[in-house]
Amino acid sequence: MLEARNLSVRYGSLTILDNVSFAVGDKQWVMIVGPNGAGKSTVVNAVSRGAPYTGQILLDGKDIRKYKSTELARKIGVLAQDTPVGYSFSVEEVVGLGRYAYSGGMLSSKSSGDAEFVERALELTGLKELRRQSILTLSGGEKQRTFLAQVLAQDPELLILDEPTNHLDLVFQKQTFALIKNWIEETGRSVISVVHDLSLAKAYGTHALLMHRGRLVASGEIPDVLTRENLTSVYDMDVHDWMRKMLSQWEDGQSGNLPV
Amino acid sequence: MKKREGFSLVTYLLFTLAVLVTLIFCVCAGSVSVPVKETVSLIWRAILGAELPQSTAKAIILNVRLPRVICVGFVGASLSICGAAMQGLLRNPLADGTTLGVSSGASIGAILAIAFGVSIPGIEGGGTVVMAIVFAFLALMIILSLAYKLDYTLSTNTIILIGVIFTMFAGSIISLLVTFAGDHVKSIMFWTMGSLSGSSYGNAVTIAAAFAVCAAVLLSCARELNAFAISEDNARNIGVNVRRVKLIVLIAVSALIGVSVSIGGTIGFVGLVIPHMTRMITGPNHKKLLPASIFAGAVFLMLADLVSRVILSPLELPIGVVTSFIGSITFVYIFYSSRKGRG
Repeated sequence: MLEARNLSVRYGSLTILDNVSFAVGDKQWVMIVGPNGAGKSTVVNAVSRGAPYTGQILLDGKDIRKYKSTELARKIGVLAQDTPVGYSFSVEEVVGLGRYAYSGGMLSSKSSGDAEFVERALELTGLKELRRQSILTLSGGEKQRTFLAQVLAQDPELLILDEPTNHLDLVFQKQTFALIKNWIEETGRSVISVVHDLSLAKAYGTHALLMHRGRLVASGEIPDVLTRENLTSVYDMDVHDWMRKMLSQWEDGQSGNLPV
Repeated sequence: MKKREGFSLVTYLLFTLAVLVTLIFCVCAGSVSVPVKETVSLIWRAILGAELPQSTAKAIILNVRLPRVICVGFVGASLSICGAAMQGLLRNPLADGTTLGVSSGASIGAILAIAFGVSIPGIEGGGTVVMAIVFAFLALMIILSLAYKLDYTLSTNTIILIGVIFTMFAGSIISLLVTFAGDHVKSIMFWTMGSLSGSSYGNAVTIAAAFAVCAAVLLSCARELNAFAISEDNARNIGVNVRRVKLIVLIAVSALIGVSVSIGGTIGFVGLVIPHMTRMITGPNHKKLLPASIFAGAVFLMLADLVSRVILSPLELPIGVVTSFIGSITFVYIFYSSRKGRG
């Protein structure tokens, strides 16, 4: 459904992303991995239309720059690393805004079925009890769950996660990834996520893009990409064994239910 | 089922009633007070087009106070909704026409129009209004692009700093214009503190029309403003056309502030204080915040105008003195408490 062709990003004479091409199909969970400064977030920023790029990004065969903003939001949803918030909106109000792309223009009101999507998203993320609470009073994990619920209410065909659990604890990471895994299985949608933890990529991903210094080193199914040879060439040390050891932490209880 | 996000019709009726009661009260009170009954009957007869008695009360009420209070109400409503919209758009509780320098920009435009006699044939005061709008928009563009250059997140500190610098710059330009303006000095001084003492029914029609158009535009952007108030990036992610909405809101705001300034001069802090206080009651959702700010702004400015008329009666204070006095104290309070909140 998504295809990037010869994607490059330059800031002045600095090349951040150099001629990267990849494709994402239905029901795939593509993990973008690589060391710091590899250009992982740059790929995500280009796809979610935040950053300027050269090359082409096609979504269902059409250039993403030709989509109207609401049309694009119905196809691509983004969960950012951290969303700084200003005013005391309630959890419910924030999640409800996830339905914005379906409201059709500035003057029209809610479309039918919005309430069900919001309820379902609140339930999946375990936020029903907190729905009236101000987002300013939430913990980091609860706030990130609120934005996860928002993007689930948005019901995109492709979900993009830019290290959404980066500053949160292990339990939360595990719950979030298990929840998203269930979501892919239920809805048949696709996910692209940037991750640092290779064991996390291996445990949940179906495909991977291994990046290094703005270039794509390897891409394809997880076992073909995260090989000892590939990883050693990128990280300059043997991280393969370490990844396999860490893998066990993700293995039990992938129920996808978050505590309330 | 889902409950509605905005106010109910009954609430709107109550708001309207509050504004009308304040209006009647402000028309009655003053250096010469006229009984409520006489005032209401005079206004009622005037509306019906019935014959009016030739009394002092009639002259005071219908020719002086009524147009003035109507203008004050609309200016208050305009400044207030503009402040609320900008505070949402920039996710910054200290944003307002005065703190951002938009009002100063509009003043330069209005003063240039007076000093150089810019006019549009056929429309009385048209030149001043148009110049005020154009300069308000230019000021807003200059301030925001400078702020973006320094700090693309448009943080509170950057915007306030640049707003202050711009206001000082505008002040020096205004002083310069005053020096060269000669005969026009007196009418120019009026812009710098704000006063609605000379308001006519013509002014009232101008501001009412501008308010109707711009407020409708801003109200239609309530949902988008909610998204901006959470975060601009989040707004983009959920499908808001960020650039277009920003441009629409900024144009509506500068047009409305421009018209307000061309009629009432620079009236400080209304757009800062009223939305802030309203938000404490309604919460940050713009579907409630924007309409509530309109009514609260109208009531507040009508009362502030009354204070400016009667406190040193028969002398009259510029209304800007009253609002700035209340406003600057509230400003300090907001600034300190929002600082503390961020730890």
